[in-house]
Amino acid sequence: MAEHSKQSHYPSPQRAQEVVSRTLSIIVDNEPGVLARVIGLFSGRGYNIDSLTVTETEHEKHLSRITVITSGTPHVIQQIKLQLERLIPVHRVRDLTHEGGSIERELALVKVGGRGEKRIEALRLAEIFRAKVVDTSTEHFVFEITGKPSKIETFIQIMGELGLVEVSRTGIAAIGRGSATL
Amino acid sequence: MARTMTGAEMVMTALADQGVEVIFGYPGGAVLPIYDELHQQDKVRHILVRQEGGAVHAAEGYARSTGKVGVVLVTSGPGATNAVTGLTDALMDSIPLVCITGQVPTHLIGMDAFQECDTVGITRPCTKHNYLVKNVNDLARILHEAFHIARTGRPGPVVVDIPKDIQFASGNYVGPSNIQHKTYRPKLKPEQTAVREAVDLIAGAKRPVFYTGGGVINSGPKASQLLRELVRLSGYPITSTLMGLGAYPASDKQWLGMLGMHGTYEANMAMHDCDVMINIGARFDDRITGRLDAFSPGSRKIHVDIDASSINKVVQVDIPIIGDCAYTLEDMLRVWKAKAPVLDKAAHKLWWKQIEGWRARKSLSYKNSRDVIMPQYAVQRLYELTKDRETYITTEVGQHQMWAAQFINFEEPNRWMTSGGLGTMGYGLPAAIGAQVAHPKGLCIDVAGDASILMNIQECSTATQYRLPVKVFILNNEYMGMVRQWQQLLHGNRLSESYTAALPDFVKLADAYGWKGMRCDHPADLDDAIKDMINTPGPVMFDCRVAKLANCFPMIPSGKAHNEMLLGEDVSDEEVQNAISKEGKVLV
Repeated sequence: MAEHSKQSHYPSPQRAQEVVSRTLSIIVDNEPGVLARVIGLFSGRGYNIDSLTVTETEHEKHLSRITVITSGTPHVIQQIKLQLERLIPVHRVRDLTHEGGSIERELALVKVGGRGEKRIEALRLAEIFRAKVVDTSTEHFVFEITGKPSKIETFIQIMGELGLVEVSRTGIAAIGRGSATL
Repeated sequence: MARTMTGAEMVMTALADQGVEVIFGYPGGAVLPIYDELHQQDKVRHILVRQEGGAVHAAEGYARSTGKVGVVLVTSGPGATNAVTGLTDALMDSIPLVCITGQVPTHLIGMDAFQECDTVGITRPCTKHNYLVKNVNDLARILHEAFHIARTGRPGPVVVDIPKDIQFASGNYVGPSNIQHKTYRPKLKPEQTAVREAVDLIAGAKRPVFYTGGGVINSGPKASQLLRELVRLSGYPITSTLMGLGAYPASDKQWLGMLGMHGTYEANMAMHDCDVMINIGARFDDRITGRLDAFSPGSRKIHVDIDASSINKVVQVDIPIIGDCAYTLEDMLRVWKAKAPVLDKAAHKLWWKQIEGWRARKSLSYKNSRDVIMPQYAVQRLYELTKDRETYITTEVGQHQMWAAQFINFEEPNRWMTSGGLGTMGYGLPAAIGAQVAHPKGLCIDVAGDASILMNIQECSTATQYRLPVKVFILNNEYMGMVRQWQQLLHGNRLSESYTAALPDFVKLADAYGWKGMRCDHPADLDDAIKDMINTPGPVMFDCRVAKLANCFPMIPSGKAHNEMLLGEDVSDEEVQNAISKEGKVLV
């Protein structure tokens, strides 16, 4: 592999650098196709998307906030940021991980089916996780749970043993710590 | 100032208000209202091409030779998809274009209507920006924004997709003034601290080299003037990328020739051994850098680029400067003059001595022949016989393109149009047509290969219609020469599909299009034939029969560094075949 890249006319990968995970907040004009521009840039240039959320956050200005969790070497992360800033409808891009850290939360809807003991156990555990029951019948619950992705991951894992049938997750919303704004 | 008019009228009004004199296009169902308006006005001239791809390349040639925005008008569906190659080409080479595409009526979008395609979806990754107009009252603003985005910052192509019902609908027209985009603010002026640091580094250099690119051309003629002034003040050597040729005069003694894969020995060696590299408006393309871990290992690097994402993308630099070339050069010159630095003349003398040693290798030399026309000789003679005229050179892509870059000396910017980034065969003829439209009195020559010219040969008909006296100078070796060269280098000389067994008779073909056709196959006849071509008032197709198996040298073989160039004169066929190792083969 090393020999291969030595023979290359093309930029060799930055092998010395470690892959890091970063949370990016991207403020964009909420216009048709803007999400396609952003994700097209990621797929076209071979960048990773680990999580993606988007919705309009400032209605009167028609601004949307896209939160992307991506991973790459610091060099790639820097390129992602600069390439995003080249897109015309992009107002600004912030690396929340790099700039003082961020609060990250996700919401999941978790459907658990079944009767009897397992059903009671599921309800008991949901209380521990502070998951709310938002829909139910004698044969199922739908739990609503919010929190860090790791907490949701754990909850889903546990429910797997108690009749989990379906999961829907929002992806991560993030906001920078401290009084500073984007 | 708002006036009420139809969408189609707005298009023509906006073009006129933007100062557009000529557009290149092809009509079709979804742009008929605009063509109807075009027919009823006389401010904007229309050049009817023979395929939409030709329209985009012609607009590129027009833009590249004038510095203005090239404008294209095509219909929906196939009209738009045919334009995609040209749009990608313009994006890669940073050429300002506005491409207006017709679209099926709004209510039919998504219905798989006749000649419908998702134009904005298809062109999103191959444009700087694109728009689908859904409200006629947005149309004028969008058109003016499109021009602004295309020509400013790092220039590029912008598509405006206009559904047919929007072209018919009436709405308010606004003029180009007071159009300010919500977010788009290209950064033109560099950080002054970076400029001062750069000047200090440049002034203290012992083995400096200027490495400039297409950004200087895009920045406008003033950037070229400022570059010349700075380079002459410093006395430093300068090389340029394929895209940057002409920014610095090739006749000057500080000029090292083009660098890169088929660049000169002295340019590449200077890049490898320099202690300070001053990159102005170039992007460390892989055809330039060669093997990256051996790229100019001992130098500190300054990189001036208007696009922040170009900096540190490929090569890590010491002093990044984000800004327009002309603004940056102006600031550098001001700081330089204020500081009046004392240069290390002794070191520079040694450096130039070393460079002269490399230059003495005469890396562009080739073995000439009395019996067959060597392609290099043909280009040399073409240059010698056209250099005193207002000449614009375009090329297709391949060996002939590299020979043109090596043997034609450019003294001015905007005289050289070639497909650098994308490498689009078929670019040269329509680009020459675009350049000729812009410069009716200029001598516009497409240096072509026999394979490339066939990719957009239909545009001969366009030249005939508008009496454009373009010249097509075909270096005809009956091969896709660059493909054949690589097959010789990499694939045991197995010439898979690189020989064109059924080439047309180019003289008869020219005749069929109403052009003059000429053929020359002997070196002794070449000068007279070229003069004949130049002196012919109309378009000429010149079938120059050249040596069939000539290779393009010097070259940095795939997987090698700048100081491992192959020079033509001392390479045997066997050495050529062994020049690239097994690992290098996959990377070409």
